[in-house]
Amino acid sequence: MVWINDIITGILIGGLYALFACGLSLMFGVMKVINLAHGDLAVIGGYIAVGVIAVTHIPVLWSFVIVVPLMAVLGYVLQRTVIQAALDRSILTTLLVTFGLSVVIENGLLQFESANSHSLGVDNAIITSSFSIGSQITVAYLLLLIFVVAVVVLTGLQYFLSRSRYGRLIRAVADDKEAAQLSGIDYRHVFGIAAAIAFGTVALAGIAYGMYSQFAPTTGTDTILLFAFAAVVIGGLGSLWGTLLGGVVLGVAQAVGAQISGSDEFLAGYIVFLAVLVLRPQGLIARRSTS
Amino acid sequence: MTAVAETTARSAEKYRVTRSHRNVAWTGLGALVVVVALALFPYVVGAGTETIVVQAFIILTLASMWNLLAGYAGLVSVGQQAFVGIGAYFVLFLNIHNISMFAALPVAAVGCGVAALPMWWLVSRLRSGYFAIATWVLATTVLLIIEKFPSLGSGTGLSLPHTPSLSTAVLEAYTYWIGLAVTVLALLAVYLLLRSRLGLVLTAIRDDEVAARSSGARVGLARMLVFVVAGIGCGAAGALLAVSQLIVQPSAVFSVQWTAEMAFVVIIGGLGTIEGPILGTIVYMVLQQTLASYNVWYLIILGLVAMVIAIFARRGLWGLVDEHLHVRLFPVGYWLWDPDSGGRRGARGSGPGLGRRSGGRHS
Repeated sequence: MVWINDIITGILIGGLYALFACGLSLMFGVMKVINLAHGDLAVIGGYIAVGVIAVTHIPVLWSFVIVVPLMAVLGYVLQRTVIQAALDRSILTTLLVTFGLSVVIENGLLQFESANSHSLGVDNAIITSSFSIGSQITVAYLLLLIFVVAVVVLTGLQYFLSRSRYGRLIRAVADDKEAAQLSGIDYRHVFGIAAAIAFGTVALAGIAYGMYSQFAPTTGTDTILLFAFAAVVIGGLGSLWGTLLGGVVLGVAQAVGAQISGSDEFLAGYIVFLAVLVLRPQGLIARRSTS
Repeated sequence: MTAVAETTARSAEKYRVTRSHRNVAWTGLGALVVVVALALFPYVVGAGTETIVVQAFIILTLASMWNLLAGYAGLVSVGQQAFVGIGAYFVLFLNIHNISMFAALPVAAVGCGVAALPMWWLVSRLRSGYFAIATWVLATTVLLIIEKFPSLGSGTGLSLPHTPSLSTAVLEAYTYWIGLAVTVLALLAVYLLLRSRLGLVLTAIRDDEVAARSSGARVGLARMLVFVVAGIGCGAAGALLAVSQLIVQPSAVFSVQWTAEMAFVVIIGGLGTIEGPILGTIVYMVLQQTLASYNVWYLIILGLVAMVIAIFARRGLWGLVDEHLHVRLFPVGYWLWDPDSGGRRGARGSGPGLGRRSGGRHS
């Protein structure tokens, strides 16, 4: 029964990983940018939430109302300036620049916020309590909530991309930005919108992570970026539901690893990732558009 | 006489192809003088300065390897710390089994080259950014596996158990000379590699991968060789790190900061040139020593400078030097002397290589 309990937890954590991964996936799908600073942006989201809560005394669960728009604006601005400038040079330059951004953010946080870890909402009843099914299985409300949020975000994103006007623009630009430009679309603006959405989801993921666990300046690269990436690769590129599947597989693998031995939690996740890399490489670079 | 033969014959009398725009005998001599001067360094300065220079040797070796990967083979690896760590742990492992740490160093380097093969098999399926993060995941996986061995100090690491019974000054000097040897060998290896046929393939890949592929260049094989050579070089640097610090700590040797440093040094100095990493290392050491008392500020500034240079001066500082002086300390390309313009405008096989080409100066 302990196993079932852990696997259920693993599945629910998969929602958190999918939330991390969908922004990474979106930015790659639309702009062909692998944002190596993705994990650090989630951590920034967490730090902003800490600051916002301290100043406004807003309930933790509602902090996203302020943090997500802030990060979305940051995303638009960063995309229109630094990332677009790098993109105009080459794909290689975007890697170098986002890697630089990652190191600057991480060490900037270390410098100004110290290496201490933070967490969000430890005194909130919903965040810390859980409910039981039968006598053996306990499920944390928070994890269930995060999973539901992840499904809602992914569904919303899918709907937005396939049905809305801006979604159509994003798909057009992702397919062929020159052709889209010939049709009168300012692809740079569309890139900015896509980045704003990606940064918004990563902020949400950062807040969720802060409530579930602790974050410190190095969390962004140590865990978040690699988990997000592993979820994207395991699930298969280009598909948002694949990302959720990848997150769930990663979460379950880590839960099983943790059962074997406490130190094997992360290792198990990465081994599954490497196994997918070996066994299903064709699924990894096959699709290049988001929808 | 066929048209081709005629053209060849005509070009033979009119055009001249040399390795460099200028005679480079003096640069070879200059390099020799610098190496000899560096070799005599321990007789002049104290152990503190030696330690700093050894650190520069490690950074320069790493940067040269990362330059080979990113600047020539188009492989942006964020997982080179895997080889730094494996190299350091090879030294620790051999030293535990009573092998001198100095003798363990070359073994560690070769071992890293061997370890690079299965790792290449895993990550070679991925491109650009996915390759970058996959190498990172791989490095983390190697770290997690090594931490599972209590005999290697688990998560906290171990000091080298059998250090030579020498006085500190002599030990420091030996470490220094070995560091110098590692660096000179690394630079020499990169230079000879790029002058070889493989170098030509790599330069072609750097300038235009699709064109290189369609001209029959074996891009995959060339990339694998570069990955292995970079593994050997970074492994040697990691082994040197273990020898100089006499302790191996997993989180320190497998830190992604190594890759951050090597990448920044290369970008600032000049990606895709042999001279770039040397210049970048000097800038790095100056910044690091100046800002040493301000914690991580040097990394923040280094990162910002690297970002600005990556966007606005893609050929780095050495690119600026080369543009104005046409100097090549390590000529690996070819300079075509155009008889009509007196050799001033030559075509080169070596130069800037990121994204857009600058003018028509490439061969």
